[in-house]
Amino acid sequence: MDLNYTAEDLAFRDQVRTYLEANLPQDLQQKVLNHKRLSREDFVRWHKILAKQGWVATGWPAEYGGTGWTATQRHIFEEECARAGTPAILPFGVNMVAPVIMAFGNQAQKDYYLPRILSCEDWWCQGYSEPGSGSDLASLKTRAERDGDHYIVNGQKTWTTLAQHADMIFCLVRTDTGVRKQEGISFLLIDMKTPGITVRPIIMLDEEHEVNEVFFDNVKVPVENLIGEENKGWTYAKYLLGHERTNIAAVGRAKRELQFLKRIAAKHQKNGLPLIDDAVYASKVASLEVELMALEITVLRVISQDSGRPGPEASLLKIKGTEIQQRLTELMVEAVGPYGLPFDPAFLEGATEHSIVGDDDAAPLAPYYFNFRKTSIYGGSNEIQKNIITQMILGL
Amino acid sequence: MDFNLTQEQTQFADALRRWVEKDYGFEQRKQIIESAEGISDKAWGGLAELGALALPVPEEQGGFNGSAIDMLVIMQELGRGIVIEPYFATVMGAEFLKKSGKHADVLEQIAGGEVKLANALGERQSRHELFDIATTASKNGDGFVLNGSKTVVLHGAQADKLIVSARSSGAQRDTNGISLFIVDANAVGVSRRDYRTIDGYRAADISFSNVQVGADALLSAVDGGWELLDAVADYGVTLLCAESIGIMEAITAATLDYLKTRQQFGVPIGKFQVLQHRMAEMFMEMEQARSMATLAAVKIASDDVEERRRTVSAAKVRIGQAAKYIGQQAVQLHGGMGVTNELPVAHMFKRLTTIELTLGDTDHHLARFVAQPGFKSAA
Ligand SMILES: Cc1cc2nc3c(=O)[nH]c(=O)nc-3n(C[C@H](O)[C@H](O)[C@H](O)COP(=O)(O)OP(=O)(O)OC[C@H]3O[C@@H](n4cnc5c(N)ncnc54)[C@H](O)[C@@H]3O)c2cc1C
Repeated sequence: MDLNYTAEDLAFRDQVRTYLEANLPQDLQQKVLNHKRLSREDFVRWHKILAKQGWVATGWPAEYGGTGWTATQRHIFEEECARAGTPAILPFGVNMVAPVIMAFGNQAQKDYYLPRILSCEDWWCQGYSEPGSGSDLASLKTRAERDGDHYIVNGQKTWTTLAQHADMIFCLVRTDTGVRKQEGISFLLIDMKTPGITVRPIIMLDEEHEVNEVFFDNVKVPVENLIGEENKGWTYAKYLLGHERTNIAAVGRAKRELQFLKRIAAKHQKNGLPLIDDAVYASKVASLEVELMALEITVLRVISQDSGRPGPEASLLKIKGTEIQQRLTELMVEAVGPYGLPFDPAFLEGATEHSIVGDDDAAPLAPYYFNFRKTSIYGGSNEIQKNIITQMILGL
Repeated sequence: MDFNLTQEQTQFADALRRWVEKDYGFEQRKQIIESAEGISDKAWGGLAELGALALPVPEEQGGFNGSAIDMLVIMQELGRGIVIEPYFATVMGAEFLKKSGKHADVLEQIAGGEVKLANALGERQSRHELFDIATTASKNGDGFVLNGSKTVVLHGAQADKLIVSARSSGAQRDTNGISLFIVDANAVGVSRRDYRTIDGYRAADISFSNVQVGADALLSAVDGGWELLDAVADYGVTLLCAESIGIMEAITAATLDYLKTRQQFGVPIGKFQVLQHRMAEMFMEMEQARSMATLAAVKIASDDVEERRRTVSAAKVRIGQAAKYIGQQAVQLHGGMGVTNELPVAHMFKRLTTIELTLGDTDHHLARFVAQPGFKSAA
């Protein structure tokens, strides 16, 4: 057994590191490292830089413009990006709708959409959840009725992440009500500029506009925007869920945040000494670090067994990853004590250079903590992930 | 033993609850948060009318001389309604005056709803240790000159008068050498920077630049303010504990209600055993927390200082733990709804979080509990 990267892996890592050092704009990096809010432009800018290098679609096969990297290389790349503090490549286009288009779309759809996803010409969002259908996604009600060469879509989606910026939405819609609920669902691609679509913001705990409700009122969608076969959408949706497997635990970011946590814990004092020298606090940080070490190795073990098919062990990675991230944000807020209270949106948005009370490290941390409560809820709540483990792995 | 509230206390709680429901609804609260002032004169008038402001004030100053148990009742109701008015700051300030036996006139004005107080105690470096004071008070004739700055002073910019801790002698972290003052918030040399806090409250950073105060501004013996500061901080902690209980009751009730009504997979989600057990844990946490809030409210009046410190710290620890668990689980069980700013649950969670950071967090009070002489010897 050898838990070290091979020489080729290490050479690959150096190549990525060198590239990131040369190409990651400093202002973007500072925003990410300092927990500031990112704008649409920030995401697009970084996407386009990576696209030039051909490194946007790390999970795609080379024939579609992907990198064709191994699972280990993808992991190294993600870890290096996290370490450097790059903005994320948003998953909705690259990692969610694209694999479905590749696997089930027709040639025209592949030719049209995939290059636009690579170049970030289209910003995609995900229209799955509805007010009455969260964990129980298959109960969704948004209807699409065939009318000649169009579908007429009516209904409501919710929690649609960053839909306010989106050009396209991929939706699960009901096309047959007379069958078992999983069997009457279709997968539709919808242009957000189509008349009849309304986007209403939902403001999150940290007062950021991150999710939306999307209303469809007699929205006309060309039949050629159907993916695969009518009423087979649930199969495609299941294929998509958990497709992006390696980065789900976000170990790279957690490692970076752990360093950040130690840095602020060294800066803030308790009883006249650096907080990190306080035995009680240090023991909490240490326990978390140990847990993160374990998760990193678990991720690497999962990757090394990767057969290319997402498996139920993704649930384990999601649960542990989000627990660690949430605990990190908790300890960050604890580290800054009363400085967790001031709320400074102008600073978070980058409108002012320094925070009101002057502790620029501390200012974003409570909002960050509150924001991260979402991670154990979205993408299949942690309770649902545990149900998957008990059923699919443990056979209970 | 008697754990029951008196008839008067129950009536008072009912009246306050009705007032919150009628005059301090979620929409009204939202408007207050978004307003320039960040507090509501109308609500303050309402609290005064109900007697909430007179309750802690001694009878000689037109108050009702309420006990800590009376205050428990009020704070629970204000917690339930997540009321963001400067009540806590004012009442804690009043306790300084009561204990010092000075400035009866101010107490009278508090009872009448004419004056608000804030407590300028924390500093940039002090974290949760209130004795860590760099602000100086130097003798100047009969009076003093204050220099220094205070940070995250709750409702510091909405207050008419400030209670200020300053160092009249000693090193920065000595408990000896601390003096306490009452200072007019608009005195020459006081500057205040008002901002919002994450939970919708207001706080301020306040600096004192050669602020002249007379001898009558002194609330403690010169250099001997620590005992008073420590005692009033403990009083503040009991208020926050009581507020937490009210919030936890409300957030737990809202979550229970959600489990009964939210349908997924054709059943109310409360049918899933894992959520039932989670809810049971929340309930148990709340009951343990409630016991500690009650104990603290009784012991705060104790003449045995060690007993007071021990109990108050124990309460803050236990309630901090319960609040974190209950707050986080309430959000989790609400799913996506829980992480939006649109539900009271979200605001309750935020307030529970900021209370944890106020007047000493769980670790701080655990350490203080351990530091009491009785910890090692107590049988
Ligand atoms: C920030 C954020 C961004 C999101 N982005 C998107 C997006 O872009 N596109 C999109 O389509 N959706 C998105 N979602 C929706 C997300 O997928 C759902 O919120 C999630 O699936 C949970 O559904 P729900 O909110 O309806 O909660 P519910 O399903 O109502 O769950 C409430 C609680 O019940 C528990 N529960 C439910 N069923 C069970 C069960 N069988 N056993 C045990 N416990 C159970 C849950 O774990 C949770 O604690 C987003 C959500 C959030 C919070």
